[in-house]
Amino acid sequence: MVPMNNQTVLTSIRERFAQAVLGVAEVRGDLNITLRREAWVEVARFFRDEPTLRYTFLENLCGVDYLGRTPRFEVVVHLVSIEHLHRICLKVGAPEEDPCVPSLALLFPTANYQERETWDLLGISFEGHPDLCRILMPDDWVGHPQRKDYPLGEEEVAFTFNQERIYAQKPFAKE
Amino acid sequence: MAQTLPVPTPHEITGPALAGTTETMVLNMGPHHPSTHGVLRLVVELDGEVVVNVAADVGFLHTGIEKTMESRTYQQAVVLTDRMDYLAPLSNNLSYALAVEKLIGVEIPERAQTIRVLMVELQRISSHLVWLGTHALDLAAMSVFLYAFREREQILDLFELVSGARLMTSYIRVGGLAYDLPADFLPTVDTFLKRMPACVDEYEALLTGNPLWLERTVGVGIIDAEAAVAYGLTGANLRATGIPYDVRKAMPYTGYESYDFAIPVGKQGDIYDRYRVRMAEMRQSISLCRQAWERLNAMPPGNFQTADRRIMPPPKSEITHSMEALIHHFKLWTEGFKPPQGDAYMSIESPRGILGCYVVSDGGPKPWRVHFRSPSFISLQSLAHMGKGRLMADLVALIASLDPVLGEVDR
Repeated sequence: MVPMNNQTVLTSIRERFAQAVLGVAEVRGDLNITLRREAWVEVARFFRDEPTLRYTFLENLCGVDYLGRTPRFEVVVHLVSIEHLHRICLKVGAPEEDPCVPSLALLFPTANYQERETWDLLGISFEGHPDLCRILMPDDWVGHPQRKDYPLGEEEVAFTFNQERIYAQKPFAKE
Repeated sequence: MAQTLPVPTPHEITGPALAGTTETMVLNMGPHHPSTHGVLRLVVELDGEVVVNVAADVGFLHTGIEKTMESRTYQQAVVLTDRMDYLAPLSNNLSYALAVEKLIGVEIPERAQTIRVLMVELQRISSHLVWLGTHALDLAAMSVFLYAFREREQILDLFELVSGARLMTSYIRVGGLAYDLPADFLPTVDTFLKRMPACVDEYEALLTGNPLWLERTVGVGIIDAEAAVAYGLTGANLRATGIPYDVRKAMPYTGYESYDFAIPVGKQGDIYDRYRVRMAEMRQSISLCRQAWERLNAMPPGNFQTADRRIMPPPKSEITHSMEALIHHFKLWTEGFKPPQGDAYMSIESPRGILGCYVVSDGGPKPWRVHFRSPSFISLQSLAHMGKGRLMADLVALIASLDPVLGEVDR
């Protein structure tokens, strides 16, 4: 196994994509790199295809809603190189008025469901995704439940005196 | 690459069918179905008995666990983690606890770590027994189901002995464990571990060389290593294709680097290889349990929780005569501990594959965001690739061999 460490990764990416890197942090041994949206796919492809890197395994893709911060949304991706037994974390921010990030689903098929989940629950859309539709919530759901401004809320029990009002908002609940 | 490794959606299949532009039949399988291993809906496009395409529709068990965790303190949120992968609650607990401990930077005493290894490996055996039983049951080998659950009952009794609960134990918590081991735990584990290898032999005798089993599983549902990595398959699903990637060896945690165990791999990534890999994993887990047991037996009694006062209160003896200690205990119990602002990701080898936990803290007592990288959710993407061109009955065997747990898929 060729040893790989954070420093080697940083050097490679700084050589090729110095202008795409917005920030670097090393937290408890994990390398976190924040990138520009425009370079997101290119950098991911570089990590996957570059012969010295070969981060072919996209372990995790998720979104975070940092309500009150600019940019409000962040997409976090963990890439793993099975040859080098090394993991890195790539992050990209998306502003509230345009919560859109380029899709990695064509590069990493495993990102397909994970991007759909992030869209469904957080409302971050992924440009270039083959079919970005809801996955966990019902298809006709309105809103993105994991956003910080969406209430945790509990389901209102339907009795005969309030069922009309409830069913008006949830037409499929009748059955 | 996505052109050759598709991940279809249900309406991709139902759309053309409803429009009347296809010659194939679209069949709905689930969400209530005895063979889908939970509330999984599969939209299957069939040409006679042959599967042309299959798309999974998930979300029937979505209970908003990740969002609910944002409204609980870190220690309260552990209880929610049990309920995701309900066949391996201790693994879920461990992934969450490790992520939060990484975020805070807490050292766990060796005795607690050894107990964690023992419990998680027992959990792995228990989960694989359910996998084996239900997989065999789906393919009409009902006796294996009954035998496997007989052994599983013993493991659940062990969990009850330790924590009071058979399934949702919440035994592994941030900072260590919930309770210390009772006096009769180690002897009971010893009896179980002495008995278990013969039981695994029994299951293998029924299935491994069985021509009926071989016909249903060999050469069915093949996926090659590159496609498996591209689809994000992990755990036994990945190792069956020949890639020896196991997080316990690759990025060890909880002291796994000091244990002696092998990583079984398969050859061609079919259902039979996944079966063989998991059976071998059960044997490795028994060996790991034995090693952990021996260490615990030889270890003097010690801490089952960290002494770090950022997350654990002072000992009871101090609380009785120190006001500050009492206040400390009170603050920890009412408000909860506050990890520093930042994020941490930790992945473990759960019985289903790589279970990752990503925790984001804003410096407050409740997590800002918790996300679980769920192996079952991600492995469902490979169903279409593996199921195309196979028979409908093979689809049932395929789902069983992927070993999904819907609680983890939907969270």
